[in-house]
Amino acid sequence: MFYREAGDFKVSYEQDSQTFPIKFDRYRYYFVLLIAFLVIPFTINDYWASAILLPFLIYSIAAIGLNILVGYCGQVSLGTGGFMAVGAYACYKLMTAFPEVSMFIHVLLAGGVTGVVCVLFGLPSLRIKGFYLAVATLAAQFFLVWLFNRVPWFYNYSASGQINAPEREAFGILITGPNAPAWATYLFCLIFLAFCALVARNLTRGMVGRSWMAIRDMDIAAEIIGVNPLKAKLTAFAVSGFFIGISGALFFALYLGAVEVGEAFGITKSFQVLFMVIIGGLGSIFGSFAGAAFLVLLPVILKVVGVDVLGWPTDIVAHFQLVIVGALIVFFLIVEPHGLAQLWRVAKEKLRLWPFPH
Amino acid sequence: MKMKLTTLALGAMMAAGPAMADLVFPSLSYRTGPYAAGGIPFADGYADYFTLVNERDGGIGGVKTRLIECETGYNTEKGVECYESTKGEGALVYQPLSTGITYQLIPKTAADGIPLHTMGYGRTSAANGEVFGNVFNYPANYWDGASGIINYLLDENGGDLKGKKIALVFHNSAYGKEPIRTLEELSAKHGFELTTLPVDHPGQEQKSQWLQIRRERPDFVLMWGWGVMNQVAVQEAANIRFPMENFIGVWWSGAEHDVLSAGAAADGYKAVTFHNVGRDFPVFDDIQKYVVDKGLAAGAGDQIGNVLYNRGLYAAMLAVEAAKTAQEMHGTADITPAMMRDGMEALEMPEARMSALGMRYFGPAFNVSCENHGGPGLVGVTQWDAESKTWSLIADFQKTDSDVIKPLIDADSASYASENGIEPRCQ
Repeated sequence: MFYREAGDFKVSYEQDSQTFPIKFDRYRYYFVLLIAFLVIPFTINDYWASAILLPFLIYSIAAIGLNILVGYCGQVSLGTGGFMAVGAYACYKLMTAFPEVSMFIHVLLAGGVTGVVCVLFGLPSLRIKGFYLAVATLAAQFFLVWLFNRVPWFYNYSASGQINAPEREAFGILITGPNAPAWATYLFCLIFLAFCALVARNLTRGMVGRSWMAIRDMDIAAEIIGVNPLKAKLTAFAVSGFFIGISGALFFALYLGAVEVGEAFGITKSFQVLFMVIIGGLGSIFGSFAGAAFLVLLPVILKVVGVDVLGWPTDIVAHFQLVIVGALIVFFLIVEPHGLAQLWRVAKEKLRLWPFPH
Repeated sequence: MKMKLTTLALGAMMAAGPAMADLVFPSLSYRTGPYAAGGIPFADGYADYFTLVNERDGGIGGVKTRLIECETGYNTEKGVECYESTKGEGALVYQPLSTGITYQLIPKTAADGIPLHTMGYGRTSAANGEVFGNVFNYPANYWDGASGIINYLLDENGGDLKGKKIALVFHNSAYGKEPIRTLEELSAKHGFELTTLPVDHPGQEQKSQWLQIRRERPDFVLMWGWGVMNQVAVQEAANIRFPMENFIGVWWSGAEHDVLSAGAAADGYKAVTFHNVGRDFPVFDDIQKYVVDKGLAAGAGDQIGNVLYNRGLYAAMLAVEAAKTAQEMHGTADITPAMMRDGMEALEMPEARMSALGMRYFGPAFNVSCENHGGPGLVGVTQWDAESKTWSLIADFQKTDSDVIKPLIDADSASYASENGIEPRCQ
């Protein structure tokens, strides 16, 4: 009824190739941006910021980063936790070495450092594929965590081996540390997420993204039609590393504030982000958001329902969380192997035809 | 039936209605995950003491206490969620029972003005109250633990450890790394040789570490472990036939569940402690009468009298006594977190006060002051008897080496103060 192309005339190629060709979609997108930028910052409190929105935004960035590598370029990676750690430690070293520089620059630089590290670990992908590459990136995960535990320079020789985010500013507003206002940390992460999503969306629609997808679909065929596998794979590792580094830096500096590498960036983190990408939908930007929301919000919702509403013992609720989240993952993978993004796509398709399916 | 329904509804309404005048004590517990074996008894003990205070005394100073339990799974992300979701309820003091979560909460609680009590864990230099205004780690900290073990070994070896080899098996995290600096200082002072062997989370895989111990044959092995790591280490030590009486754990590596699985082979294993063990105290009769018999015991109710249950009980008792002190200081029963902080800083725990609570010699007598948030650092030693399945105190609470610990605390807290621009208080 409302949701269709009919009557939405395009008079130029730019209009025809825009991200949201359907008017309703476009307005919905502007509406979401409006709410996120202009409504939530004024109503947010500490609990919503630190317990729900920050992890959602940060995991979304990580999921977009991993989705570029796994979903668009077909290179399976289990090193996400390690790469996030690179971002976090790079950010920490920069924050402590240049306290007067804006956090904005530190986070971008941390992303850049991670991009370089990610390319280094991506080099083997030119020779090894599939499961073997997964094992190689797993080695990266363990090596990086070991490195940050082992070399005291990375944690400025602190006795506990922890890194703590000191208070730093961006644009004159306190961004990190316990006294940072909730709206500022939220907006800071949101700006990065919007930036990353925009870049990712446009990269994947263009020449670079098409070469990634060609490699993903069949690398030999892609090579024959003139896609350079070296360039395609390494750009995917670089861009993915950049995003994951940003998410790692934000995760440490804004969300947790104190990080212990083995605990915060262990192998479970790699799996968590990979699950987000798989559940959300491989090769979909929206899927990254959906997957992150699913895995961040569901445990909190289950906890609130179980403990606060039903008054069950906390351990029972914690066990139920594992059971329910696990069961839902299996359910989604059986019913919709292409993830939540595909459900969304099907729903939109149905809506376009409604009320006359044929 | 109808009658029952009405009471139920009434009860639900009362529970759901605004509970204004409660003293809220959050319990960031972990009853799931690889560290649950230690988390459950502590959480049970913590909860049971507050139930006891409510049932026996009608609360603290006439105001009922309310315990909010939140499951962290020893995970820092969930710890943040728990902290944010409970702090708005008027939480008086946080005891997260996790060094990782403690490191996160130190700046957060400072900003929110809520005291943090990390009893025998957390950041050791928080003992310096001049820098850490709202963090307390009385009655003892990790460095006291390290020094206590070395002092005990000195006593056992006629005051001389020269040329002895000591190995430290530690959980490779902020928690496990804490004692290394102190042990290094002590090794320089007493002339023993220190080897450190990290064990990665969660600690089920320790074959290579124990192989190294077998090869190097250290005279003593110390352990900074937690969760499943402890039982694995005790089992591995038994497997290589390491003499158990030369194997000493910190207080987080010395509970029943750590040694039970190794059976008779664990006999003689030792651990340091800052509170007493067993249930030979009058307070346990009260717990039986007011908590267990009324069916109010937390969890499964099978942990009462365990080492970590006692520690939870002790932590809750100190919190309650600090709240009483705060009520007396400020002349109001309905205290705020800031008042609670004052109460903790002015806490005095002489033997007489503990006797009155039915907990004579449960812990050392101590006073907290503005400068010293760490208490006296008195450390005792317990030993496991596999036959009777009990821990017993074999060395009484002794002074630790403050000549070594004090400068370390001052240096570490000074660096924290300069990093965060904190001016010393207590002038």
